[in-house]
Amino acid sequence: MNHDAYPDNYIRGILNSVKSIAMVGASPVNVRPSYFAFKYLAQRGYDMIPVNPGHVGKELLGKPFIASLSDIGRPIDMIDIFRNSSHIMPVVEEALTLDPLPKVIWMQLGARDDAAALKAESVGIKVVMNRCPKIEYGRLSSEISWMGVNSRTLSSKRAPVPTQGMRLSLNRMSVGGGDTAASDRAAKNKTEQS
Amino acid sequence: MSDRLPGFSTLAVHAGAQPDPTTGARATPIYQTTSFVFNDADHAASLFGLQAFGNIYTRIGNPTNAVLEERVAALEGGTAALAVASGHAAQVVILQQLLQPGDEFIAARKLYGGSINQFTHAFKSFGWNVVWADPDDIASFERAVTPRTKAIFIESIANPAGSITDIEAISTVARKAGVPLIVDNTLASPYLIRPIDHGADIVVHSLTKFLGGHGNSLGGIIVDAGTFDWSTGGKYPMLSEPRPEYHGIRLQETFGNFAFAIACRVLGLRDLGPALSPFNAFMILTGIETLPLRMQKHCDNAKAVAEFLAGHPAVASVNYAGLASDKYNQLARKYAPKGAGAVFTFSLKGGYDAGVSLVSKLQLFSHLANVGDTRSLVIHPASTTHSQLDDAAKVKSGAGPDVVRLSIGIEDKEDLIADLEQALGA
Repeated sequence: MNHDAYPDNYIRGILNSVKSIAMVGASPVNVRPSYFAFKYLAQRGYDMIPVNPGHVGKELLGKPFIASLSDIGRPIDMIDIFRNSSHIMPVVEEALTLDPLPKVIWMQLGARDDAAALKAESVGIKVVMNRCPKIEYGRLSSEISWMGVNSRTLSSKRAPVPTQGMRLSLNRMSVGGGDTAASDRAAKNKTEQS
Repeated sequence: MSDRLPGFSTLAVHAGAQPDPTTGARATPIYQTTSFVFNDADHAASLFGLQAFGNIYTRIGNPTNAVLEERVAALEGGTAALAVASGHAAQVVILQQLLQPGDEFIAARKLYGGSINQFTHAFKSFGWNVVWADPDDIASFERAVTPRTKAIFIESIANPAGSITDIEAISTVARKAGVPLIVDNTLASPYLIRPIDHGADIVVHSLTKFLGGHGNSLGGIIVDAGTFDWSTGGKYPMLSEPRPEYHGIRLQETFGNFAFAIACRVLGLRDLGPALSPFNAFMILTGIETLPLRMQKHCDNAKAVAEFLAGHPAVASVNYAGLASDKYNQLARKYAPKGAGAVFTFSLKGGYDAGVSLVSKLQLFSHLANVGDTRSLVIHPASTTHSQLDDAAKVKSGAGPDVVRLSIGIEDKEDLIADLEQALGA
């Protein structure tokens, strides 16, 4: 997989197929990006599991914090890692000991570890790096367009009637739209320099 | 990427707009409302806390305006955009995110006269200090950099003489200085030049001009290229530091490559207030659908008129980068191969009086202070748009007393030439 730019159908396929998501590094502080993403994904119907050893005994939006991936004790579809690039590898290594294996390992905006990605992909796990599932969900459902964001999609099809004021169909038929090549290049240069 | 990328004309018609999910309306509806109902208390809190995408109040965002924002972002190759009430408002909102009182920004000396006034006087009163540089002398930008420099501002095609700026050379200076390059792309429109492809970090437009294109609606827009790293060194605290306005959110880490557009919306537009009317957004969106067709006709007409003027005995000189003999022709070939725009100046052998006489005799050209209309326009900058400048500054910015500026419309070029011929000849 080319991790500089993902086809929309790759991301759409992931967000459409996974049901349970363990979020490593989830924060109970309500202005942290991980809290935003956790809440958003829970509202979209995903079965969210907060993983953070520092907060065991507490809850995040009604879900108890779990100390580590191995302690979850049931199959999980996707691991969403909210840690810096330098802390990715141990999480991926732990994920690879799970039985069954997760289907997807997702690294948050700003996080990228190509070696860890290769390891996961070699056992058939799909990997996404340097993206936010909340932003991608909003982009593919076109909900993020309300913020003036370039969704990079076009569609002449009527989206399903919104529920609770939201446009949420990930299956909105769309083709590629305006690209953001300059931003993708800048992100790549930054990764290569670091 | 396996996804096929659409062309510019397809984006001009489709980007940002989809059939209305509720009614099926195909044209973008005008959401002429101040406010939007919340689902429940938690939804309201999520929206106010920036945790959810959605609409609150038209001063912060509006669904019609959002279509315009996404469309211009797509046309410019940016990650996101924010529409505001005018190009001037856009400039205030941009610099509010970048400068603290006492900071500096470097600006090209050749700019729209209104921008020169805004930078010199209004921004000075905010403690934002402009340092001028010469776009024909790249080294003058390097010399102007100090530890307090926070941004560089240029026009892609510069007012009033339609000169072409070497965006890539100045972007190199900006990168070295660790500051964003802001490009006012009003006179080119993304059809002719996409500054982000040449190293711009922020693009600003007066939508009032070629994008809207019909001289009927004011508007401005800010496009975030998603290229600048705001997190380094605490230089841009509006983006990198916890914001007390939002209980400690850091915008860059939360919104990634569209954080600047979000900052402009939630810290700039929200608090300063220059919101764009949804009706204006609708008018401008309609205009943008024909931008590629109009812009090509504007350019083709402008070249024909410039060639006519260059051969006329009453004309001393013509400044149009599309002419092979022009000083900026090389840059025009590089940056704007489809055409050098439709705004240019010429000077008359008869000086100031001949300029005044010409303006009074023209019958199709309208004498007014705007550019980028379907109609052809004429103005004498020294007595109008640039009148607040002193004489030396007028000449430096290309608006000397003998200079007349034209903005060529999309009429038949033969009629425009005939009108100029009768006004120059009689």
